[in-house]
Amino acid sequence: MRTRLRIKPQHLSLFATAAVFLLLYGVATLRYPGFASWFQTTALIADNAPLGLAAIGMTFVILSGGIDLSVGAIIALSSILLAKCLVVWNLPVPLAIPTVLVGGILFGTASGVMIRWFRLPPFLVTLAAMFLARGIALVLTEEKRLSIAGHATFDPLVDFLLFDFNLPALIFVVGIVLAIGVARYTRFGRNVYAIGGSEQSALLMGLPVGRTTVMIYALSGLCAAGGGILYAIGSQSGDASVAQLLELDAIAAVVIGGTLLSGGVGSMGGTLLGVLILGVITVVPVYEGDLNSWWTKIAIGGLLLVFIVLQRLLQRQRNS
Amino acid sequence: MPESLRKLCWPLAALAVLLLFNALLNPEFFSLHFAEGRLTGSLVDVLDRATPVLLLSLGMTLVIATAGVDLSVGAVMAMAGSISAVLLTDFGMPVLPTLLITLLASLAAGAWNGLLVSMLGIQPIVATLILMVAGRGIAQLLTDGQIIPIEGHPGFAYLGGGTLFFLPVTITIALAAALFTAIAVRYTALGLFIESAGENPTASRYAGLNVRAVRLLVYTLSGLFAGVAGLIYASDITAADANNAGLYLELDAILAVVIGGTALSGGRFFLAGSIIGALIIQTLGTTILMTQIGGQSIPAEWNLIVKAIVVLVVCLLQSAALRQILTGKGVRG
Amino acid sequence: MTNRATSTNSPLLELRGITKGFPGVLALDGVDFTLQAGEIHALLGENGAGKSTLIKVLTGVYRRDTGSMQLGGLEIDPQNPAQAEQLGISTVYQEVNLIPELSVAENISIGRQPQRYGLIDWQACRLRAQEALAPLELSIDVTQPLRTYSIAVQQMVAIARALDQQAKVLVLDEPTSSLDTAEVEQLFRVMRRLRKDGMGIVFVSHFLDQVYAISDRLTVLRGGNLVGEYEAVSLPRLELISKMIGEKVAQVAEMENRHAAPPTTDDQPVVLSAQGIQRRNAIKKMDLEICAGEVVGLAGLLGSGRTETARLLFGIDQPDSGTIEVDGKIVRKHGPRTAIRNRIALAPEDRKEAGIIPNLSVRENIVLALQGRRGWLRRIKRSDQQLLADRFIRALNIATPNSEKLAGQLSGGNQQKVILARWLAMQPKILILDEPTRGIDVGAKVEIENLVAELCADGMALLFISSELAEVCRDSHRIVVLRDQRKIGELTGEEIQLERIMHIIADEQTTEEAEDRTDA
Repeated sequence: MRTRLRIKPQHLSLFATAAVFLLLYGVATLRYPGFASWFQTTALIADNAPLGLAAIGMTFVILSGGIDLSVGAIIALSSILLAKCLVVWNLPVPLAIPTVLVGGILFGTASGVMIRWFRLPPFLVTLAAMFLARGIALVLTEEKRLSIAGHATFDPLVDFLLFDFNLPALIFVVGIVLAIGVARYTRFGRNVYAIGGSEQSALLMGLPVGRTTVMIYALSGLCAAGGGILYAIGSQSGDASVAQLLELDAIAAVVIGGTLLSGGVGSMGGTLLGVLILGVITVVPVYEGDLNSWWTKIAIGGLLLVFIVLQRLLQRQRNS
Repeated sequence: MPESLRKLCWPLAALAVLLLFNALLNPEFFSLHFAEGRLTGSLVDVLDRATPVLLLSLGMTLVIATAGVDLSVGAVMAMAGSISAVLLTDFGMPVLPTLLITLLASLAAGAWNGLLVSMLGIQPIVATLILMVAGRGIAQLLTDGQIIPIEGHPGFAYLGGGTLFFLPVTITIALAAALFTAIAVRYTALGLFIESAGENPTASRYAGLNVRAVRLLVYTLSGLFAGVAGLIYASDITAADANNAGLYLELDAILAVVIGGTALSGGRFFLAGSIIGALIIQTLGTTILMTQIGGQSIPAEWNLIVKAIVVLVVCLLQSAALRQILTGKGVRG
Repeated sequence: MTNRATSTNSPLLELRGITKGFPGVLALDGVDFTLQAGEIHALLGENGAGKSTLIKVLTGVYRRDTGSMQLGGLEIDPQNPAQAEQLGISTVYQEVNLIPELSVAENISIGRQPQRYGLIDWQACRLRAQEALAPLELSIDVTQPLRTYSIAVQQMVAIARALDQQAKVLVLDEPTSSLDTAEVEQLFRVMRRLRKDGMGIVFVSHFLDQVYAISDRLTVLRGGNLVGEYEAVSLPRLELISKMIGEKVAQVAEMENRHAAPPTTDDQPVVLSAQGIQRRNAIKKMDLEICAGEVVGLAGLLGSGRTETARLLFGIDQPDSGTIEVDGKIVRKHGPRTAIRNRIALAPEDRKEAGIIPNLSVRENIVLALQGRRGWLRRIKRSDQQLLADRFIRALNIATPNSEKLAGQLSGGNQQKVILARWLAMQPKILILDEPTRGIDVGAKVEIENLVAELCADGMALLFISSELAEVCRDSHRIVVLRDQRKIGELTGEEIQLERIMHIIADEQTTEEAEDRTDA
């Protein structure tokens, strides 16, 4: 008896993403010995933890039909702010980390309020936020990079290992799981989908569109700040010039993961796959021996094209 | 046209304030003199350095007027630099054919964006994002990630450093491009078509306009101008730097257009406003570099913070104006 | 049709003296509306009557200027749709304002999903959705996205959402526009069941057959005013129509004597011919011919397929079958540009969406189509544009200080004139006017009618669509009568009488019977 694999049309995009990931991962495993080892796998997750966390926040924003161009800058700002808190102002770790997170939330909330109350385009508002965050980060210290090596209470965080998962990797995994939960099992998450699906209908249905919108951008700011902290842990330093244009990578990961830029459709699981795909592509040049990043960029552009066209075709088929 | 003049008031005033501020700091700021066969002075320098953003903002104005955006212009600049470097140094091609091919390639890049947007109906942000990412990769691929010096080609260096009509070539090119664009949109019906298509594509289609062709055209032009900007940049540093050419410049171009009065939602556009916007952004950067407070110069990083504030202020101003229009002459919902 | 006995002592919903105005127009002027529990109450009126405004006031989209609203005896004042829903007033809109990408179950309970330990309990959500759908005779897979289901099912889901919210008042806004006969029957079964359970239903529709089939009482609005409230059994169809359009059935003498259109000579060439064109949910198989210099009026009530016919002839919509010929040549590639090249022009009904470019000046709006036909290279000189614009501003009496005013700032009526000017500037061979005089004052109407008559004398063919039957009668050489998306008759010359047309539309006679009756 033959059983046909039937994929629901709405899952087609996710299926394609998963297929691409498996393909890439499979080819890499065959080509580079040790690629699929446990150590390499945890390293893959750890290296992409900042991007991953930012992509989580970005997913919520894009699902609601908006966009956030400031996440890269907030990551940089958060990392240098954390470094400054610990090294220059000598704040204890349990105080420094929440401070940085609150900073991220404030940034995001400000963006959300501007977007919602003043009806300003998210593109411009978050662009301004990006300039602002990057500027503050660069102004904050004389040296753009501040090392946190040898810090008594911070080092344990850096050295922490659980089954070869360091803290950033763990937090990323936990973050994804939580995000999947929020997106699927909370009213807030469902409201995000509704607003992205049709803001007008959401309003008519009595959903709290205003409040949810501001919360979405606050969440994005929080995730970016978290990403900055993870970066600081991973590199044992704060760096004001890091994560340039990382928001584009985050957007790419989200789009490749199957979320429509117009909002309303997508999944956190897809974003996870998107981040991993980006991670594999980024690390290939290292394995190939040349450290050029150009291959990565072209590959990302090509993947974006494929998935966008795929989404467009699916949309057309749906509308007819 | 009273409306255009009115809209230019704020940007002009802002530019004037900036220029005056510079003059206060640097008494020589407004002085111009003739040296080496051309006009020189601080003002000329500012204009010279502003030409890439200016060129980009010309194309960006038209794209935004159709309710779109072109994020790829910075990457196209890098591509143009790389292509010309490869052609000149690896293939030993003479300057003129090199320029021609590079410009054709930039045109093609713009047309690629235009096709994605007009034929496939893909959202402009996403469509141009593809080239923004991949284009820089292609530029880096061509130069192998290195900075390739372009030496021994005086014809090429002429673009960035030479003189034409007593002005630096860059300024002449920028002026010519601005003039060309202005004539193209105001002396043909293109301006009307672009504004109409951006404002209400459905009504425009019902009135018999070819909205698709209009969209294709503006992205192609944007690509072409990005190519010119890329050539100027490469000539200026007499090298192809695929990593840094045009980096963040697309954002500056978008800012210039918004400052100049064109709304992101499309429709009426103001070329003069965008040019002024580009000058403001450039002057802002220069001012911050030159300013000294108590003997200490302001770090260049403040440039970003100031830019952020400018964006927000401009947005709020436009938004308040919008709201006034809505409440003043409300249309029945 | 059973007339359900309703208690008149305490109405479920009572609106008194509702007034709502917008800049430049008074949409509702002291309107009353009463709804009993266990009643289906139809709200009727032509375009601009105020139906949709009243509904929006009821459901909290608008706030009323004056008047009172009482639900179950208590004064209410919903500030937004959410509050209205909480009070128990739910609406199913014509466009089914739900979220297409979310599942059926989720659409029913979103914002109020059942929770367990603070997280959404999807199993309970599904069950609740199935329970809500049960009284609607619907057992579908509630986990599928809403958009995978037909409009009919989506409407049921919207009703289920209302039931899930313990709605006492259900407003159905044009629910049958996209439904076929079987689906309409199903909807009516559901409505009857809900009525039996004590719900009050406001049924907004322009399909008179359906209104009579399902409603207990009718409220008629016209021009923002309440015309009256009637029992459906007591009001004959013909009287209803006359109340809706405001023409007294008996006093048609003045109308009949005025025939603005001079008779044309018989053998004018056929310029536009449509054979067997039809389009799903738009019009059923129809033939139509227009000759040069002829004014053909499309008469019928809202929803009869008039605008859809216009869109098909102009090429905005593609016909599912049938052919369209211009000057004897079959039109192959449908579209506005082809139509314009064939010198057909359409001034659409929805001027906001499909007509006016708000931030362009009056002058630019007027020359737009003409410039489009000339192409981008051959720009019309500014001075010529000015002349053209000024000419039409004068001819149509467009109220604007000058030609540079932004078109979006003009009143609706003047915007209509600008669009008309745009098309007249093209000197088309065939001009289709869809509701050209809506919102225009009487003086301007006469100007437009005269202008149009002049053009027809010069050989232009005109297809004229208007909700005002009197106007159509006055100005047409020939009238095509539509009802329920079907052409049911044609009248020419002397046959054109307002009363006769109203009888035909009211379905009390066909055109042949109408002839016999008036001849006798």
